[in-house]
Amino acid sequence: MAEGGGGRGDGGDKVRDEFFSEAQELVDGLGRDLLALDDALKHGRTDVELVNDVFRAVHTLKGLSALFGVTRMAGLSHELEEVLDDLRLGRLEVTATLLDLLFRAVALYSRILAAEKGDGEEPSAEIEQLLLALGQTSQRPTGRGGGGVAQYDLDPALFGVLTEYEEHRLRSSIQQGLSLFRIRVRFSLATIDSALDELKASARPHGEIITYLPSGSGADVDTIELEILMAGRATVDVLRGAIAAPNVAIEEVRRRTASSSQPAGRPAEQLVSQAAPPLATSGAASSAPPAAPRQPPAVATRADAAEMSLRSVSQTVRVDIRKLDRLMTIVGELAIVKTAITRLSERARARAADPRELAMELQRLNRSFDRHLAQMQGGILEVRMVPLGQVFDKLARIVRQISRDLGKEVNLVVTGADTEIDKLIVEELSDPLMHMIRNAIDHAIEGRAERLRVGKPPVGTLALNAFQKGNHVVIGVEDDGAGMDPKGIVAAAIRRGIVTAQEAAELSPRDVLALVFMPGFTTRDVATDTSGRGVGLDVVKTNIAKLGGVVDIASDVGIGTKITVTLPITLAIINVLLVEIAGRLFAVPLASVDEAIQLDASQLRAVDSREVMTVRGASLPICRLDRLFGLAPSHGARKYVVIAQVGTRRLGFVVDEIVGQRDIVIKALGQSLKGVRGFAGATELGDQRVALVLDVAALVEEVLSPGEARFLGWQPAARGA
Amino acid sequence: MRRVLVVEDSVSARAFVRAVLEAPEFAARHGGVTVLEASCGFDAMRLLPRGPYDLIVTDINMADINGLELIHFIRKSAHHATTPLVIISSLRGEQDVDRGIALGANAYLGKPFTAEQLRETCERLLGESPPSGLAARPGEPAKSGSGS
Repeated sequence: MAEGGGGRGDGGDKVRDEFFSEAQELVDGLGRDLLALDDALKHGRTDVELVNDVFRAVHTLKGLSALFGVTRMAGLSHELEEVLDDLRLGRLEVTATLLDLLFRAVALYSRILAAEKGDGEEPSAEIEQLLLALGQTSQRPTGRGGGGVAQYDLDPALFGVLTEYEEHRLRSSIQQGLSLFRIRVRFSLATIDSALDELKASARPHGEIITYLPSGSGADVDTIELEILMAGRATVDVLRGAIAAPNVAIEEVRRRTASSSQPAGRPAEQLVSQAAPPLATSGAASSAPPAAPRQPPAVATRADAAEMSLRSVSQTVRVDIRKLDRLMTIVGELAIVKTAITRLSERARARAADPRELAMELQRLNRSFDRHLAQMQGGILEVRMVPLGQVFDKLARIVRQISRDLGKEVNLVVTGADTEIDKLIVEELSDPLMHMIRNAIDHAIEGRAERLRVGKPPVGTLALNAFQKGNHVVIGVEDDGAGMDPKGIVAAAIRRGIVTAQEAAELSPRDVLALVFMPGFTTRDVATDTSGRGVGLDVVKTNIAKLGGVVDIASDVGIGTKITVTLPITLAIINVLLVEIAGRLFAVPLASVDEAIQLDASQLRAVDSREVMTVRGASLPICRLDRLFGLAPSHGARKYVVIAQVGTRRLGFVVDEIVGQRDIVIKALGQSLKGVRGFAGATELGDQRVALVLDVAALVEEVLSPGEARFLGWQPAARGA
Repeated sequence: MRRVLVVEDSVSARAFVRAVLEAPEFAARHGGVTVLEASCGFDAMRLLPRGPYDLIVTDINMADINGLELIHFIRKSAHHATTPLVIISSLRGEQDVDRGIALGANAYLGKPFTAEQLRETCERLLGESPPSGLAARPGEPAKSGSGS
């Protein structure tokens, strides 16, 4: 094997990172292609180009993983390649069962990559099972067929440059009785990629391009002539109409007549073997690890869902160079400001200028600096943004796998895939969304028979949609399944000791639904008795909360369930409200601040040993942060209430002073303070002061649902005044 | 100074080859090595007129123009008719390798190959041919161990 492959020995970590990034991209692309194949299959079609794309992806993965010493991946790719080769060479047909195997491979690839990066165990047993299944599927070559190629008036030299696959496509086209066309076209080398794409697009409806042969001597270095061999059912006139360009010549490749002077029937292989003998070969043509020994069929179990993660191993963001150019320009502007400040400080030191003039100049520079800094921030944020489609594509694979595993028919509808969010959030988001989707298909969407019985369309619908709302991204996961029965939820929660019967009686409908996010809650007794496997919704909620997001749930019995996740667009820079409590500064993320008002002592009430303030006729629970944090309360006459909103819950924080808004870079509190709840981090304010950043979601949780009193909290308006 | 053109659609495979050829010890033996990367056949065609090259390393299985077609094209051009050329490919079909050799490739390295194998092959091909002349300067230190 590629022992000591350059990934370690010669190239170092950077080259290896490049490998992870590219491998992950290939695996993601592979997943997308498989979904497209699956879709085509449902419509009774097989897309040969797509099959070839899949083959090429696996082929590249095999080469790469072997090069970088990831032997498990190379071995799996080797076996997959056999099967895919059979597929593209027409020895096997695309079936749903075969696609199952390929989808399993995609999932295993991701886990192998993660394991290589030191995240999790390598799924050895599952790889073995898949290798076995693949081994039983692949057909060994049965020899090439003649295919009647020799009847065509083709340049013998052509066969010298066809890969085995291209030759197969040529033979198979001829066997299907398709016509062959030769398209000669001249392109400018500078624009050939896009020009060729256009040509391909206009040719695609009429047939398949077999190969491209660059011709010409290379004397003219700016343009290139391509000879394209294409097979299709169209007539040459139709094709000429479709590919209308001034520099194109299209002709049909004629069949030879019997009296043709060329010796007909000479196989292509022979033509090639007359050429010069190999000068040198080193390395083995195929030294991938031997396939697993063929054993009697074993029932392959699917990867345990709970162990699976959709997170990609690559932390790379690919950036349009123009975005970086813009950033570079801003850096240039900042450098100019810096020079001006230097000059100014020299003048100030020399006392050469009027202080007032200096102050004005400084103010001007400050504004300019602010503007460029804001642009810089915006630019860097833009670079971090990736479309949610990246994670939606992976989820589509999961939907397919789960629905097939459970024998349920589910139609996935995705909208807003181009909504952008921070790359780091996307990575952390995939697993929680996967669990929600698993729950929806497993527990919510009914089987075909049941759906027909209750008068629903036989195929269930799962809708994933995303949109941006201010500084947030809202993601909805909605199903048209059975919905959640509040009585069932309450019964289950009581049985599991999450609430007492008495507590349950006081819960609002919304609080009842929120019970499904409690640790230890399981829907096993509520909805179906399916697997009961997988991660609870409490983990989903915790993970989303770690990203500064909130989860809301709405459900109607018999109609469906919608889970809404609201997330900040980025974690890197946040806009905060700076407040002062007992002489200390704290930052409240503005995203969760609804409004700030003056504290009106006359509107305060105590309800169930909790302070509540009446604001515009509704009661608002309030929290005195100085008490909560154990700080000496200040006795200033005037205090303020910062009203925070998390999902649909509101809480007022009493503060001494409102300092103002600020964009801050949030920093982690470090290892020793990791366990402290209520703070999202800290930030430096530039004047050597430090402010703690409140974790509003955690505080709201802590204050409104502390310990055993959870869900017994305050009810809107009903009990206030 | 030796100039090498690497044609390969995988970015990390290109990085691998570059790392091997630009490794200080190897590069020093050849008076320095400059690697030019092409990510597809068209890229390669755009870079070919910027030759001459002392060595061309190419993959076979690429979109649009495959490696065989590229070799065919390269060998037809007067400038590159004799430039040493290595195929790096994991195509299992021996037919493709045979065709590549028939078209004028000088060596074939099956993927996966080790850094050592790649180094040896390139060492041999570079050692067998004189520098392309573009960058050879009079005052350059004598090469040591070329062709070893």
